[in-house]
Order: sequence, then structure tokens, then C-alpha cells
Amino acid sequence: MTMRTTPIELDRFQDEFARALLAPDPAAASATTPEIAALARQPGFAVYRNTVMKGCIDALQANYPAIARLVGEDWFRAAAAVFARERLPAQATLLYYGEAFAEFLGRFEPAAELPYLPGVARLDRFWTEAHVAPDESVLDAAALASLAPERLAATVLRPHAAARWAWFAEQPIYTIWRRNREACDDEREIDWRGEGALLVRPRGAVRWAPLDAAGCAFLDVCAAGQPLAAAAVAALEAQVDADLARLMKTLLAAGAFAGMSDIDPDSKAEERP
Amino acid sequence: MTTVLSAGLGLKPQHYETALSCPADGLWFEVHPENYLVAGGPRLAWLETIRARHPVSLHGVALSLAADAPPDAIHLGRLVALAGRIQPALISEHLAWSTWRGAYQPDLLPFPRTAAALERISENIARTQDALGRRIAIENPAHYVRLDGHAWDEADFLAELARRTGCGLLLDVNNVYVGAHNLGYCAAAYIDAFPGDTVMEIHLAGHTPDPELGQALLVDSHAAPVAPEVWALYQRLIARIGPRPTLIERDDNLPEFATLLAERDTAHALLRAPLAAAA
Repeated sequence: MTMRTTPIELDRFQDEFARALLAPDPAAASATTPEIAALARQPGFAVYRNTVMKGCIDALQANYPAIARLVGEDWFRAAAAVFARERLPAQATLLYYGEAFAEFLGRFEPAAELPYLPGVARLDRFWTEAHVAPDESVLDAAALASLAPERLAATVLRPHAAARWAWFAEQPIYTIWRRNREACDDEREIDWRGEGALLVRPRGAVRWAPLDAAGCAFLDVCAAGQPLAAAAVAALEAQVDADLARLMKTLLAAGAFAGMSDIDPDSKAEERP
Repeated sequence: MTTVLSAGLGLKPQHYETALSCPADGLWFEVHPENYLVAGGPRLAWLETIRARHPVSLHGVALSLAADAPPDAIHLGRLVALAGRIQPALISEHLAWSTWRGAYQPDLLPFPRTAAALERISENIARTQDALGRRIAIENPAHYVRLDGHAWDEADFLAELARRTGCGLLLDVNNVYVGAHNLGYCAAAYIDAFPGDTVMEIHLAGHTPDPELGQALLVDSHAAPVAPEVWALYQRLIARIGPRPTLIERDDNLPEFATLLAERDTAHALLRAPLAAAA
């Protein structure tokens, strides 16, 4: 082995090596430094290239199972490879990889005829976020029931750390997502209308349920720290026939809330579990 | 380290129930901490349940100690928090880089072992050990390309890192076998030259031939049983340095838990043999 008098600097080596990992033709002399080209010409260099891509694609497939089932494994892995070349993971906990995947699917040319993919991907992402959210106990419905009715309007309900919800006005995203996430062979025709979803993790596993426009609007306002009076107005604006009592009961039973506080300006905000 | 570990197994979620209740003598488990750097939820609960019954080792793949940059502060902070929660019997990392300029390439990448690299990696190991408040073990990676510009042999480089930082080493026997095969050096000579007194842990795993190049290029795939040649090198190693905590790694082409446990029992018996002979 000949010793170089001026070995390539470590940072330069890493810049060039990282580039060659994703380059279409890494061994091309014009593409990189002589040191890296010498590595990229060796058959073993493909092991690193393959491992990096496989790691990214496997992670996306694990994180977006409903999408993978919808489009099929080959299509999914091809799309995931394009995404990975565009954006490597920002952190080593690959569970978090693909935050921008829904947005990517929205502008990915071959997916143009599948306009529901970004919405379905958002629900896969919600699942991950719910899965790793901090542990937190659920607001006891009895605590809310014990409040004097006149204080209810000024009470702020805090959504549970694991709760995720979204309303999709144009497409039945929840049904499409659920059928694929649960891998159920439900062949019935899907009623093509707007749908919303609520994902929660009161304890243990993530759970999901459909949620109407009123419910999603209600939770949006709660998450913004606004009191129940404002949440109720938003729910009714979203859906004029919303049944607020039933909605509250459903959300409490699902474990969508973790705490409540009083915004009465005369008393200090005080949260109760 | 308060527990003297014998042979353990890499823990896969698919084997959780069987692993949890497995009564095998001295069984311990190793996980990649990256899979558990989360705020809460079932993953952490799962690891804590395992930990309540078995010693656990945290084997990191992403601190990127050989990058020409300090380890990511957020990642390191999360690792410290996880270690505090799990109280692992061992913590280890690799002589490799993976995160670079904010992008994580999920692999263990090579670098030229120069004086500058030695400085940088020593600093990174010291920083990690300071943050964790304990000694970690650094693993020799597998090799696939011939890299010009090494100023150090790998075993000497690792020994020097141990001398400078007080870190321990993790000797992956399969990586030695794979690297020796791919780059054409002598695996037994590497094993014999490895500084035995610094070895905190040994890894055993399976390799597979490259799908395109076949036997000409072996890949450290963790997708097969430990090869007979690797068992032979392992026996040669422990005959020289004595028993050390030994882990069977398997990540792909996963068999039943019982099959992995049988491999682990082989290592366990080999580790206990010298003790039995001495007793």
C-alpha cells in the first residue's frame, strides 16, 4: 500500500462519499474526486449504495403500510426510492422518516391519477405520531360532568398527546385508509364523499374511528386553547346539524382529551387531569 | 458493569412474547436504541418489560462517531435519557459514520484511518462517554471496499482509541471474517492481533454471498446462521482472551425464536466450558 502524503480530508471524504452513495454513476471521474471514484469502481461499493437505499425504502414501507398495500409493493418501492434520493432521513430513528412523504405523493407525477394518496399517507403518518406520543392519562368524563353547567362554556379541553384528527372534504380518505391499514378485503363500493378520522392511543395500541367535520372542527379549536363555547360554534359552522352532546360523549369515550382547565380570567388557569 | 453476561440474542419485535418468558440461563438481549428513541408508547413499555426480566444492551448504529463532526446533540441526549430509563448492562457503537451534515444514511460507512480521524473519533467517543457517564464499546465494522490512505491497521486503531479514551471494544467476529474475505487479509491474524483485554463484548452473525457477485463478495447481512468458520474463529478468540459477553445477531430471514436460542446456547456452552474446566 502506498501512503499518500496528503490524504483526503475527512470532511471532504464524507461529502464526496455521501454524494457517490446516491449518484446515478458514482464511478464517473467527473462526478467525484479520484479517491472516491477509486472506491466507487469497486463492486463492493454497491453494498453501501444498496444498504442505504434499502434502509430508507424499508423504513418508508414500514411507516406507510396503507399506501404500500394500495399501490402494490413494486410501485411503492419505486416511488420510495425517488423520495429517498430527494430526501434522506433527517434522523436515525427511522420511525420518523417520511414526514414529507404525503406532500411528495401529491406532486409525484406517476401518482397523478391517485389523488387520494396524500390523504391516506397523512393517516399513516398520524398512526406513527400517535404510536410514539408521550404517555398521558385520559381525561375522565366524570370530571367534566361534575362541572357546574355555567362553567362549561369557559372550560378548555386539552387534546391528548396522541390524538390526531383530520377532515378530508373531497374524498373518503378514512375508509380507503382503514381498509388498507387493516388489510381487509372489503370489496363494497365506497361512497365517494368527504370523511374525517380520529386516531388515539389512550393506552397501549393506537385506535382509530371515523370523525365528522363537526368533530374535526371542534378538536381544532380545542387544540388552539379555545374554550368549549368557541369549539361548539366551530362545530356547528362546520356542520349545521351537529349533535354536540353526542360529539362530546364520543370524543371523551375515545380518549381524545387529556386535561381540562378553566379560562375564567378571575381565577388562575388550573389544569385537572 | 454489575452483571457478568454470558451469551445473548438480538431482540426482534416478532419474538417479543417468547423472548420475554424465555427461562434460558443467563439470557440477555440487545437492541438498537434508535428504535426506542421515542417520547412514549408501546415500544418503550415493551423494552421496559423485557428489561425487568433480562439484562439489556444498547447497540447504537447512528452516533456516527467517525464523522468529521461531533455526535448530534439531540440524538445523544435522547440516548442518555433512554440509558437512564433502561439501565443497560452494556452500551456500544461502531467505528463508522452514518449521519453527515444532517442526513442519516442507514449504513455503517468506511473512512480512511488517518491521524486526523483518530483525533476526531477519540473526541467523539470521549464526548459520548462523558454524556452517558460510562464506558462504551466500539465495534469493528465489515468491509467491502479497498480504501487507500489508511495510516493505521484497524486493530491498532481501535486499540489506540481504547488507550486514549478508556473505551472498550466490541469484536464482531463475522465482520472480521467478511472483511478478510472481501479484502484478502487473514481473519485469524486479525483476531490474534486484537487487543483482548479491551474486549467488552463479542458479536456473532451470519453473512450471505452478494446476490450478483456470489462468493466473491460476502455481505454482513445478518440473514443466515453463524457460519462454521466464524464459530471456529470465535473459539480461537475466547481460547486466547477468555469468556466475554457474546451476542448472536439476526436481523433478516428471521427463523423461529427457538432456532436463534439454539445458536445462542452453543455460544453459552462455549463460554461456560473454560469455567467448568477450571472448576
